[in-house]
Amino acid sequence: MPIQYYIYFSLALFSIGIIGVLTRRNAIIVFMCVELMLNAVNLLLVAFSKMHHGNALLNNPTSTAGVEGQLFVFFIMVVAAAEVSVGLAIIVMMYRNTHSVDINFLNRLKN
Amino acid sequence: MDTIQILFFSLSALALFSAIMVLVSKNPVHSVLWLVAVFFAISGHYILLNAQFLAIVNLIVYAGAIMVLFLFVIMLMNLNADAEPRKNWMMKLAGVVSGGCFLMVMVSLVRQATELSGKAALMKTGEIGLIKNLGKALFSDFVIPFEISSVLFLSAMVGAVVIGKKD
Repeated sequence: MPIQYYIYFSLALFSIGIIGVLTRRNAIIVFMCVELMLNAVNLLLVAFSKMHHGNALLNNPTSTAGVEGQLFVFFIMVVAAAEVSVGLAIIVMMYRNTHSVDINFLNRLKN
Repeated sequence: MDTIQILFFSLSALALFSAIMVLVSKNPVHSVLWLVAVFFAISGHYILLNAQFLAIVNLIVYAGAIMVLFLFVIMLMNLNADAEPRKNWMMKLAGVVSGGCFLMVMVSLVRQATELSGKAALMKTGEIGLIKNLGKALFSDFVIPFEISSVLFLSAMVGAVVIGKKD
């Protein structure tokens, strides 16, 4: 499959995530759109690692080039899991103080 | 058109449709369920690329753990009623136009890139996505980031408990 198809698909998913962050006001849905953007980047990293691996296989049939890209995706997932736990705790705290999850309450970060 | 292409395009269409439905759903619970559908489609893409370990980790960590955490929080706050105030349509239009401009600029950039012409991702073959090769690299070259990520998890756990504590 040509690498351009993967790039276009990931760009479309990333743009949908950007539009969601810019247009929605529910903090949880904004957070979910950030997860969507992370997944678009993950898919693109895996596609590029397979492209790199396919090029390296032409010279060396036992090459493991490209394994770093997939491990990078693994570490992105690890960091995303930690980020989600802290972020949802912050949203719960915000809901407890303001009884709303509208992100316009946060535009001054004070009071 | 062979099987790989049919699977690629159908999974892409499923992912894009579900991603749009995440945005337009009024009920946050429906948004979470559509996002789970996006993650399943992306796991299908990983299987097509023979990245089997990442496909399973994506399902377990994202669709299984993170999305359940989102569902817990939404149901804890009783948000499943539509409580979002109406935003004026000019702001929505501005958001859609700026996202579309980003997409247009990046697509034209990729179309002009001569380095990418003729390159293809290796489908359904290749050994690097298997857990054997990933584990060898993870526990030899990347063992220090792996250990640091466990410290990150510990600090995230302590941080979530401290932030969420009632006082």
